[in-house]
Amino acid sequence: MQKYSIFSLVKNALSNHEKWDLAWKDPAPKKEYDVVIIGGGGHGLATAYYLAKEHNITNVAIIEKGWIGGGNVGRNTTIIRSNYMHDDNGLFSEFGMNLWRSMSQDLNYNVMFSPRGIINLAHSDAQMNVYARRGNSMRLNGIDAVLLNREQVKEIIPMADFSENVRFPIFGGLMQPSAGTARHDAVAWGYARQADSMGVDIIQNCEVIGFDVSAGKIDGVRTSRGDIKAKKIGLCVAGSTNILAEKLNMKLPIETHLLQACVSEPVKPVLDNVVTFGAGHFYISQSDKGEMVMGGDLDGYNSYAQRGNLPTLQHVLTEGIAMMPFLSKLKMLRTWGGIMDMSMDGSPIIDKTHIEGLYLNCGWCYGGFKATPASGWTFAHTIAQDRVHELNAGYSLNRFNTGYLLDEKGLGTKTWIS
Amino acid sequence: MLYINCPHCGMRSQNEFSYGGDASIKRPELNKEISDNEWNDFVYNRKSLRGKHLELWQHISGCRQWIKVERDTATHEIFRTFKADEEVAS
Repeated sequence: MQKYSIFSLVKNALSNHEKWDLAWKDPAPKKEYDVVIIGGGGHGLATAYYLAKEHNITNVAIIEKGWIGGGNVGRNTTIIRSNYMHDDNGLFSEFGMNLWRSMSQDLNYNVMFSPRGIINLAHSDAQMNVYARRGNSMRLNGIDAVLLNREQVKEIIPMADFSENVRFPIFGGLMQPSAGTARHDAVAWGYARQADSMGVDIIQNCEVIGFDVSAGKIDGVRTSRGDIKAKKIGLCVAGSTNILAEKLNMKLPIETHLLQACVSEPVKPVLDNVVTFGAGHFYISQSDKGEMVMGGDLDGYNSYAQRGNLPTLQHVLTEGIAMMPFLSKLKMLRTWGGIMDMSMDGSPIIDKTHIEGLYLNCGWCYGGFKATPASGWTFAHTIAQDRVHELNAGYSLNRFNTGYLLDEKGLGTKTWIS
Repeated sequence: MLYINCPHCGMRSQNEFSYGGDASIKRPELNKEISDNEWNDFVYNRKSLRGKHLELWQHISGCRQWIKVERDTATHEIFRTFKADEEVAS
């Protein structure tokens, strides 16, 4: 594979950029693979990459119904963080933060990781107490957390509404300075390019029609491009998890819901950090192009539509304007939606299943993008070793049966409620 | 904007409603011994169908009644609505 560098850039500039190698090939599916990953999103591509890199398993195919990176990895608001209270979530996410920090070098692809810090705003004394507790839990797990008072927050984000007579006054906030953003498409493309170079077949426009299971063991997968035999199969399909689970006669603690995001017209630099509103569900950052990138609540009903409705968008942006009034002057450039695999306790599942050789990676709710490297790394381990790693031991499928839930937000089974 | 035909109040916008999830889920009979697996299935597991989906909504800013709505989860088209206690043949 051609290495990307200043030298390759200069060299290719001399030939009018007409001689770059393809970043990845477009192979036809073979009859048989050691591992088939279903879903060519961020998590699937990362899984294939770490299978090859960490476990030396390269007879691998990724099969994708559409095109790689066309789902949630291309639709998110690019936020990367590990500001969780529970050990299982915190340690998993912080492991991922370390992978993010070296990702551009590791993949030889600039993913534009920008550790600009995230601030969760607090709007009451009680909320400050909750944030102090979460911050302390984070620090015990080696994650950076700083509790900011009102004046400190004002220094960092003076454009927020600090006037006296507001419905949700800013009392302070919890900041994770090492959190940030990255270029989401580059993450998918970087993983795809490296996985391809190590021998992984990336097979696009290949829809799963069914599975071959015999005597409790997976044999292969039937696709729109022919039957593929596989010793092991990993499901990594986010919002389509239930559709594939039905073909396997499995019922999962997952509902598919719609989440919208939007960007404003580009403006001059105004916001250095990621900021979240504490009295509702709204988050904002500014892209390198200057667009304000915003998101918030689910639309609130089961949906596979990948497009949202205006009432939710209006509700979310009302929160944004309450937090930063200048947003009301901006024009909206784009809005879009993606379908989320909402688990019943708000935490993901990375586990084996009752079918031998079938592995499950789903339930990412709002937080799939930031988990991309850690999810791929642990899922690759789970598949290669046929056992979960201690980092994803808490993300078991049977926790709903045993009562060991990971309910970070305390929402219970109604994850669509915010 | 979705428009939902409340069987009590008539056609209203989605802003007046709140969502209550899959209406086909049945709580296990009271006084019946059930296994952890059955309870787990009732509390957590969902089919999350793509296509026709029978679901509960509550008309919170109207009559406050729970209703059943038959809606397509891929197109958002609403086919029929029912009172909460109406049996719906699929």
